Amino acid sequence: MRLTVNGTEHTLDDLEPEMPLLWALRDVLGVHGPKYGCGIAECGACTVHIDGQAVRSCQVPVGDVWGDVTTIEGLGTPGAPHPVQAAWIEAQVAQCGYCQSGQIMQAASLLAEVPEPSDAEIDDAMSGNLCRCGTYPRIRAAVKAAARAMREGT
Amino acid sequence: MGRAKTIARRTFLVGSVAVAGGVAFGVWRMRTPYDNPLMADLPEGAAALTPYVRITGDAITLITPRADVGQGAVSVQAMLIAEELDVDPAQVATEFGPPDRAYWNTALSDEAVPFRSTDQGWLAESARDVMDAPMKFLGMQITGGSTTVPDGYEKLRRAGAVARETLKAAAARLHGQPVDRLGTEGSAVILPDGTRLRYESLAAEAARTEPVTDVVLRDPSTWRLVGQPVQRVDIVAKSTGRQAYGIDEEQPGMLHAAIRLNPAQGAALRGLDASEAKAMRGVRKIVEVPGGVGVIADNTWRAMQAAQAIKCDWAPAPYPAGMEGHWQALAESFTPERQDSRLRDEGDVEAALDGAADIDVEYRAPYLAHAPLEPLNTTVRYSPERTDIWTGTQVPRFVQGNAAAITGQDADDVHVHVRVAGGSFGHRLEDAVVRHATHLAMAVPGQPVKLTYSREEDMGHEFPRQIAMARGRGRVSGGRVVAYDLGIAMPSIIASQMGRQAIPTPGPDLQIVAGAWDQPFAIPEYRVTGYRAPALAPVSSWRSVGASTNGFFHDCLLDELIHAAGADPLEERLRLCSHAPSRAVLEAVGEMSGWGGALNAGQGRGIGFCLSFGVPCAQVVEVRETGDGLRVARVWVAADVGRIVDPVNFEAQMQGGVVWGLGHAMHGALTYADGAVEQQNFDTFRSMRLRECPEIVVRGLETAGKIRGIGEPPVPPAAPALANAIFAATGQRLREMPFDREVAFVG
Repeated sequence: MRLTVNGTEHTLDDLEPEMPLLWALRDVLGVHGPKYGCGIAECGACTVHIDGQAVRSCQVPVGDVWGDVTTIEGLGTPGAPHPVQAAWIEAQVAQCGYCQSGQIMQAASLLAEVPEPSDAEIDDAMSGNLCRCGTYPRIRAAVKAAARAMREGT
Repeated sequence: MGRAKTIARRTFLVGSVAVAGGVAFGVWRMRTPYDNPLMADLPEGAAALTPYVRITGDAITLITPRADVGQGAVSVQAMLIAEELDVDPAQVATEFGPPDRAYWNTALSDEAVPFRSTDQGWLAESARDVMDAPMKFLGMQITGGSTTVPDGYEKLRRAGAVARETLKAAAARLHGQPVDRLGTEGSAVILPDGTRLRYESLAAEAARTEPVTDVVLRDPSTWRLVGQPVQRVDIVAKSTGRQAYGIDEEQPGMLHAAIRLNPAQGAALRGLDASEAKAMRGVRKIVEVPGGVGVIADNTWRAMQAAQAIKCDWAPAPYPAGMEGHWQALAESFTPERQDSRLRDEGDVEAALDGAADIDVEYRAPYLAHAPLEPLNTTVRYSPERTDIWTGTQVPRFVQGNAAAITGQDADDVHVHVRVAGGSFGHRLEDAVVRHATHLAMAVPGQPVKLTYSREEDMGHEFPRQIAMARGRGRVSGGRVVAYDLGIAMPSIIASQMGRQAIPTPGPDLQIVAGAWDQPFAIPEYRVTGYRAPALAPVSSWRSVGASTNGFFHDCLLDELIHAAGADPLEERLRLCSHAPSRAVLEAVGEMSGWGGALNAGQGRGIGFCLSFGVPCAQVVEVRETGDGLRVARVWVAADVGRIVDPVNFEAQMQGGVVWGLGHAMHGALTYADGAVEQQNFDTFRSMRLRECPEIVVRGLETAGKIRGIGEPPVPPAAPALANAIFAATGQRLREMPFDREVAFVG
């Protein structure tokens, strides 16, 4: 099995193809940004991109991965954050932060598809990502700020 | 006398301890200082200036002993030290420090005495003083009770000031300059000619310098960090996937583990058949632990798969198998024999209500999961000489002692490395996961084992929020509330929780009535009685603890009486309120929401109020009928914490507390069937989702005197404000949580 994660190709010949991508990333490749929260696609903490689209990595068997995987680590860096990450930093969204990797990956996927989402579209796209700390007001504000920044190319 | 006593309580003794290669400064309130914990690993030439500051030749480290579970504890503790030390919190290291009695929490005693938090008289303050002694004795290094800021507010600034002045004295001696001509800025002492001497370069000299303990804290008007909107120290890491949590721990040669515990929490494993699991790929060991069995494997997924394949014979639950039994136990607890406290008893309630009650109702609140999004986990490496534990915990000393009891080692040989936690809400006040991980690690000496609970095992063994029931009566007359009688029955949270730490808890459990008996209202006939139900499912502290249920009971009963009296919910609360800061927060939400203004058809507004953890908090919730269900549209919330140390975090905690309180009131419940928790994951244990989140407008007041924490106080008023709003919109009184039993909500 070959798996490209954040631009690096890995060969995973010794893995069960049914192992969820999440656990291959975390325990085999040591990529810890995607988080385990529920294992049943109810919380969104494990969200990564496959070919730019947000997916729940706990539900994708590693043998079925159909494209390049991007995790929060590959979206941007502390020195060069993605506009969504920059908006999250500016709005100081995170409390415990555990869900935020997934929230950010979900928001980045939304804005790639819908550059000017309505409030309802934000609600629809983001409600599968659970935040137990209750950062929702700031998530809404950060998504809108990121959308503005991306439209303006800043 | 009361005033003098108050001042004495808040004065800290400052001392220092000379050790080989360095010196440590301590800011203590106790008579005999404990050994300074930072001495143990002090490298040659390093100066540990206080238990909260360590400066070596190449690093400045701020020690922030209260756990960060998302509430911003690291940031706020660092900010308080840095305000006096003149460092940029983002430019220096922080660490949680080792478990040690020296980090006992001085603010916990404020909540453990039978005096209302509004009572700052001599007797109440003396009692808090006396209660400090056992807190010190037990070394209660606990993060909880919204105490991080009140506990550290002066200690941490004083630590920073002592460090700064001692560094200046060291620089003065080295460079032959009078101290009063030296300044400090950006981690450096500034000489009169502008030369900057980095603190690190002064570490060795500071170690030889008599500590300057006669420091005057800076006037708040000069603060650069405290009270200002600053960036949290962890915000970049948490926005870029770089923040490591306990679950991300990596140690060389680490194995991974999963666990199966008796679904009836606390009951035994009678037998097992692990033959299938043993043969599964990657499985190294199957290890029995108290109440269950663990699997050690080469990765987490394989361990979890194998744990599921074990056939177990479980003993039955030590508590009622189904909910009828739990509710019945509460219903049968309203008896004189089970009376635990009656700390509020004014007038003659019996006479006033004898056959004359206008309201006579019962309220219920269910068990609830804490369910922080990071599942419980712990990494342990055991060897006969030494055990290392990496975990996100609010109770590092309990962890250390309990692990030592299992390994048979001295506590000094158990090294606890506290990790950042992905939420807690009280969950990490329990340490069963550490005990289980220790048992597993002992099966593979020398090899680190990371135990990760599956979400199902975590939620199924929650030590949930207490179940509770209340019975309320009251009378109104002439448009006023004149008699109020509330009885509350619940199992003792504190006895359950401390019982697991083998700590006795004599006397009444104030949490049974917290958020009810201590409310700042003057009602002529006013009584609040606590009834201690028998122990049921094991329970523990859940964000706002007793007040999480009692705030709902107390305020809803008051609201029902106000409506029965035909009075305005805000005006009558204000008329009854006997505490100026509480009046102020009520007035604030009235003004913020434009209370009393015209509403559209199908709209309704409710007020909720609760004084908890010393903080008065009021909320107005607005709901709207949509045809498909109720929408929670807007919330206005005000609280008075005395002084807002970190305004960004204050707003975040207020909003988060409202979301927490509303979301669980709308949807949350853990129920038992056949002794097992029925909700094992987020598909059935529901809380607020983004689409349901209302607009939340926050205001902080700073008039109440004592400085207080804000993690918990916004929670208790949310549920009653919502119930009262639903009544205003629909005429339907909701007396049992979750409310979605009876009404539908839309996002």
